[in-house]
Amino acid sequence: MSKSFLIDTTLCTACRGCQVACKQWHDLPAEKTINRGTYENPADLSFDTYKLVRMREEVINGKLNWLFFPEQCRHCIEAPCLETAGDPGAIYKDDKTGAIIFTANTKRLNAAEIIESCPYNIPRKAPDGTLAKCDMCIDRVENGLPPACVQTCPTGAMNFGDRDEMLALAGKQLAVAKKKFPKAMLIDADDLNVIYLVGYEPKLYCKNAMASNAVFDITRQMALKRMIRPLTNIASRLL
Amino acid sequence: MTNHWIDLKNSDCILIMGSNAASNHPISFKYVQMAQEKGAKLINVDPRFTRTSSKADFYTALRSGTDIAFLGGMIKYLLDKKLYNKEYVENYTNAPFIVGKAFKFSDGLFSGYEAKNRKYDKSKWAFDMDSKGVPKMDRSLKNSRCVLNLLKKHFSRYNTKLVSSITGTPEADLVEVYKTYAATGARGKAGTIMYAMGWTQHTVGVQNIRTMAMIQLLLGNMGVAGGGVNALRGESNVQGSTDQCLLWHIWPGYLKTPRASNVSLSAYNKKWTPKSNDPLSANWWQNYPKYSVSLLKSFFGEKATKANDFGYDWMPKVDDGTDYSWLTLFDEMYKGTVKGLFAWGMNPACSGANSNKTRKAMENLDWMVNVNLFDNETGSFWKGPGMNPSTIKTEVFMLPACVSVEKEGSITNSGRWMQWRYMGPKPLGNSLSDGDIIMELGLKLKEIYKEGGAFPEPILNLKWDYMTDGLYDPHKVAKEINGYYLEGPKKGKLVESFSKLKADGSTSSANWLYCNSYTEKGNMSARRSKVDAPNNIGLYPEFAWCWPVNRRILYNRASVDLKGQPWDKKDWVVRFAGNVKNGKYVSKKWIGDVPDGGWYPLENPDGTKRKDAKHPFIMRKHGYAQIFGPGRADGPFPEHYEPLECPVEKNLMNKQRINPVAPVYGTDADAYATCDPKFPFVGTTYRVSEHWQTGLMTRTQPWLLELQPQVFVEMSEELAKLRGFKNGERVMVSSARGSLECTAIVTKRFKPFKIAGNTVHQVGVPWHYGWRWPETGAEESANLLTPSTGDPNTRIPETKAFMVNVTKK
Repeated sequence: MSKSFLIDTTLCTACRGCQVACKQWHDLPAEKTINRGTYENPADLSFDTYKLVRMREEVINGKLNWLFFPEQCRHCIEAPCLETAGDPGAIYKDDKTGAIIFTANTKRLNAAEIIESCPYNIPRKAPDGTLAKCDMCIDRVENGLPPACVQTCPTGAMNFGDRDEMLALAGKQLAVAKKKFPKAMLIDADDLNVIYLVGYEPKLYCKNAMASNAVFDITRQMALKRMIRPLTNIASRLL
Repeated sequence: MTNHWIDLKNSDCILIMGSNAASNHPISFKYVQMAQEKGAKLINVDPRFTRTSSKADFYTALRSGTDIAFLGGMIKYLLDKKLYNKEYVENYTNAPFIVGKAFKFSDGLFSGYEAKNRKYDKSKWAFDMDSKGVPKMDRSLKNSRCVLNLLKKHFSRYNTKLVSSITGTPEADLVEVYKTYAATGARGKAGTIMYAMGWTQHTVGVQNIRTMAMIQLLLGNMGVAGGGVNALRGESNVQGSTDQCLLWHIWPGYLKTPRASNVSLSAYNKKWTPKSNDPLSANWWQNYPKYSVSLLKSFFGEKATKANDFGYDWMPKVDDGTDYSWLTLFDEMYKGTVKGLFAWGMNPACSGANSNKTRKAMENLDWMVNVNLFDNETGSFWKGPGMNPSTIKTEVFMLPACVSVEKEGSITNSGRWMQWRYMGPKPLGNSLSDGDIIMELGLKLKEIYKEGGAFPEPILNLKWDYMTDGLYDPHKVAKEINGYYLEGPKKGKLVESFSKLKADGSTSSANWLYCNSYTEKGNMSARRSKVDAPNNIGLYPEFAWCWPVNRRILYNRASVDLKGQPWDKKDWVVRFAGNVKNGKYVSKKWIGDVPDGGWYPLENPDGTKRKDAKHPFIMRKHGYAQIFGPGRADGPFPEHYEPLECPVEKNLMNKQRINPVAPVYGTDADAYATCDPKFPFVGTTYRVSEHWQTGLMTRTQPWLLELQPQVFVEMSEELAKLRGFKNGERVMVSSARGSLECTAIVTKRFKPFKIAGNTVHQVGVPWHYGWRWPETGAEESANLLTPSTGDPNTRIPETKAFMVNVTKK
């Protein structure tokens, strides 16, 4: 049974404990930031920032909302990045948890191609071409601990556990949320191990909250890649 | 908090006003959202739409400093529509008390005002007493001089139209809040308030909270689960440090600091021990001498004897009528009378109101000892902006303190829970725990005083035996705070409860409120049982320890009717479960929380009155909660006054623009500006999740600085347009006292107010920054802007409402 997250944005207060806990566990350096006229910082995910709470001021039905979305890798069940890479030494899926793991070998991949393959625009590249993103705190999970972001969350917005448990919780929380947010929904729950519960249209929260239509193009690209993979694999072995 | 954090989940309606709990008390939202999931309504009232507002079922805005107008309107609404809890109000509050004829209110002034001294003669607000010396009452509430009818009259002016023109809150929104909250007046329903410095830091701070406390009483929300008046403290151990007398006017356990006129122990005890002639009043403070003597025995040990008044003469006295609060201390320092300063775990150069004055005042010091984790704007004040180090003679000593996780001891949280913490890593480098620093300081002082000095007795006679193997021992201090039997068969044993303390010197206790926290059964605050009490409302009585005597909800005997049975059958706090014979209770037994006194209920099951019962508000002299509060400096009823600096020429509610007894200071650093076109906008200060206090522990932390790198000023899109600001540009914010550069956050979350037909803009600046870090030195404290004025009762500064300008850099 794979592991899943349920991220209930209706409970998120954007305290950003998760964002800091992620940095702390992974010992990632702080980025030099400036205040850009918003609380949201850094400006984007990066090689040093796997998790970022998006904050959007949206007037919906004449009422102001401040929407929070702790953005991170979705750990897709069929992960386009993994398919695109076709290099298990660089990107692989952990069988026990379903975590999609990027290794230092991502340096040998075509970074732009991998980034483009992600329907949620998650992977980011270091100057040397190595790619990074959320690793589900797999070292913690293997040792019986929840991911750092889940452990630190005070409100129950971040949840983690066996996929069936999380799906059950998602169903329950969705029913609760619907009372206040008639349009509440789970985002791409069937395809992802990181399931977001949102109260309004996903695109209001974050540009890439939901897989874009471009995903079809990506799938096409992937199919193409699969066709030519044997060649590239041979080529890389020769090199 | 009268209740505690977990108890928030039991509420049916949570009002968050004067606080931004989601940002600044993030854990609280676990319980707030548990309540919401069960159907509770969350109302948020704040000048600005915050993280808290984002989770509220209903949000509305008010102009900073107008909370009494807002809440006064609610009182009028409750009374007009008879939505108050009549049974509760009649029996448990002083609503039926008859107020003496000398009490009057006109033109914004209560009777007894002395204009020259800017203070009130409170004797004019006394109750009428009967021949036995018990307040006269009219339980039918018909007498025109009874508290409830005076209350009606007082708040009759607070109609929604007038309130709206003061607060800027739309009338429909006022009614929505009033209606939703008033629903908690129904039997079995509970409403709670979560407030913080957004209410306290005003010239009407105490009265802000009193107004809400009165609403809670009118609705029967005190003492019940999911109710109460809940102050969210600004630091993990503020409750503990207040309990242990961090403030000048109290001794540990809220005993009074003696005045010079309290010339002997008996005079002191007589002055501060209230007397009630009502046999049904517990008047708990009648035990005052037991607590004061036990405290003196704790301070001076065997040196404290009956013959020497237990060392009372060695305790410092304050001059009658003189104030020694923060604002006044720095005022005196500015004038040159205060020559030395211990800045201990504080950063006054950034945290105090009117920082330019505070920093300038420090130039007059001969010496300063800065006890802190890191150097800060206080220790380095002499090389700060605008300072000339060559002319400053202050000698600064830095004593490095270790961080909280590097030491053992307790903290007491907002919910009054004393929680023991073990030591994690050992203190880094040559840093020491506060306990070790204080112990060493005390020993050194004793050594020096042995050689002579003025009035050496207090130091030489001080019992100072809290070390084990040369190190500070937090267990010894915790036991001392609990107290010991000093004589008799139990000599040397820890006292079980404050009910055992004596006024004859046979017991000690360094804080009577904490007696029961560390007994022969062990350290109660170190308990970690996760078993709930039988009522299953989240009391967890054996997790940590709670003052007093592990009572988790204060005034809990008001959660039951006169027969001792809970108003709320489901989420009940206590219930009387004694045996009944022929319609009378014949044995005493309470279940649930530790009851506020274990007496019989006021009535038997057959409705007959009992003579061995006590009224539930045992800390009040007469046993009743005070809707009429004649002890406050600024009046027995709250009244709307404008902040000292405000955007209106006159107070629309009465003829006094500002609180007539608000303190003002007169140095050249104390400029105040009202309706001054140079400072047209309302300013306020607040916190963010990502920083802590003056930022000393967070500005230096790169991950947190990454999140909130720069001081900012939040403003509406309308104001930005008016001034031609772009979002994210650096601008100047200034007041009559100082200015700082901020990044403009232009947001929909601030909206201009309509105040008496005029547009009033408000802006807000977080106060976590200081020039010392980040290294650019460009991020300064918002307290450069704030005024030296404050509440007349507490002198907490008015940093939540003042006037500013915002201009291009």
